[in-house]
Amino acid sequence: MSNVLIVAEQQGGMLRKATLHALGAGYQLAERLSGKIHVIALGKGIGTVAHELRAYADVVAADAPVLEHYLAEAYAPIVAEAARALDADYVGAASNAFGKDLLPRVAARLKAAMASDVLAFGGDGAGITFHRPMWADNVLAEVELRTPVKVFTIRPTEFSPAPKRPVAGDVIPARVEVDAPALKTRFVAFREVKSARPALTEARVVVAGGRGTRGNFREVEALADELGAAVGASRAAVDAGWVPNDWQVGQTGKVVAPELYIAAGISGAIQHLAGMKGSKVIVAINKDPEAPILQIADYGLVADLFEALSELRAKVKASR
Amino acid sequence: MALKILVTAKRVEDPESKIRVSPDGTSIVTEGVNYRLNPFDEIAVEEALRLKERHGGEIVAASIGDDKSTTEIRTALALGADRGILVKHVGALDPVLVAAILAKLVELERPDLILLGKQSIDDDQNQTGQYLAETLGVGQATFASKLDSLESEAEQNKQPGILLSPDGKRLTVVREVDGGLETLELSLPAVVTTDLRLNKPRFATLPGIMKAKKKPLSELRASDLGLDLCPKVVVKRLSEPKKRKGGIRVANVDELWAKLHGEAKVL
Repeated sequence: MSNVLIVAEQQGGMLRKATLHALGAGYQLAERLSGKIHVIALGKGIGTVAHELRAYADVVAADAPVLEHYLAEAYAPIVAEAARALDADYVGAASNAFGKDLLPRVAARLKAAMASDVLAFGGDGAGITFHRPMWADNVLAEVELRTPVKVFTIRPTEFSPAPKRPVAGDVIPARVEVDAPALKTRFVAFREVKSARPALTEARVVVAGGRGTRGNFREVEALADELGAAVGASRAAVDAGWVPNDWQVGQTGKVVAPELYIAAGISGAIQHLAGMKGSKVIVAINKDPEAPILQIADYGLVADLFEALSELRAKVKASR
Repeated sequence: MALKILVTAKRVEDPESKIRVSPDGTSIVTEGVNYRLNPFDEIAVEEALRLKERHGGEIVAASIGDDKSTTEIRTALALGADRGILVKHVGALDPVLVAAILAKLVELERPDLILLGKQSIDDDQNQTGQYLAETLGVGQATFASKLDSLESEAEQNKQPGILLSPDGKRLTVVREVDGGLETLELSLPAVVTTDLRLNKPRFATLPGIMKAKKKPLSELRASDLGLDLCPKVVVKRLSEPKKRKGGIRVANVDELWAKLHGEAKVL
């Protein structure tokens, strides 16, 4: 029997939604392994998060002032220790900035091999395999991890969130022994991109702009706000400094799968498509009838993006 | 205050090349595929050059693979790295093995800073730097970026985005994380992995390419390092994902609205 440990992500005492998708994946895995599942939360003052997580699994809570700001160096030993204590041979998290930074460090600590960005599991018992993308999602690989402990991150868009369980789990406090002065990393500052819009990875609708905007995102943002949508961008737009880095959708940015993705002035490089082709409905607005994105869009419109977005916004407004 | 930097130079498929899976699903078709220095490692090399230009020191570029990887090391040397190390290894590589080999190089070279691309664009794992940092017991800053944009004056002037403290013992690194930019301070030695907005890499010049031919490039054999070389991440099967079917062209916004509102019901 093998057990599963999922690492929760919280920010300022708020649980990140991606954690519930990681728990959904964790339950799939636990079923294949006939094992138990736990979730670990780390931070300072995480009582509310731990309480919320009880609805999904038994919770290990590592709550200490020294954990206030996330540092891979400080968090990894605690997660690894919890995995050992719980006999968890599988340790996972959502594949975002937090999971990508922390889990390889946990893996090294546990002498484990790791699969990143897992899309699905295969096999069962000792024969579990991990399906994951390579070469900017051009190739799907089925991989096996040949170490006693196995670590993974999952792509949140590929797994449904875990449902709440009928009986709440327990909260088990974890021992936190961090020698703070000995840490080789120190948190200095966080410059937050403040936004009233929904998170890019969680939004029902995403309106994204690319090179075609020539740096003018006004219409992109106005339509997004009319729709209560998130704003995304291609790498070209981010590299040009037109919009925050945090908006980038693609192989090396965020992977999104909203119900509706509106790509305005984005040509559709394969690296961008890797980040949004899981969207339910894709609309592409582009001046260039040869733009590759028009090949994969459900609805392609060859038009000036500024006029088209403005007209579309008027339609949305009129329909209210 | 001179810095000794170990930077990685992995050979990967060119992102512009079409990647297809071989009929038996065991590998990709390499015919007609071009190879190049991993774009994220290219950013790491650029940052190493800027740090050296400001603080002095030495840049050692390392790659792991067969003789062909010499090309990528020479690319790093042409850009300005001082010497190269090729760790010869034939066969599959995974982050566990790469981190173990790099840890051996760190033991031999004792660099102050190990700079790597945040991921290589072939296996897209994004693990090696973190794995290495834990193996070495040092601090890490992944997804290194900077507060200034790639269009800023600092970038035009090729300023490093990674800052070294006046005493030469600590680095300040800005990281791209969800929801914003985080700043960390690391004690040296440290591992830093580079993201897209750290810098715009320079191009190699002809004199640089000529000079690179004469720069030292030493070779080691992975099998001489006393490591377990069996891959721990084993690919069982490769396949091509289902292609998304194209849809229709709409003539104007009226038609688009009718489709989205009336048909797909997403608006």
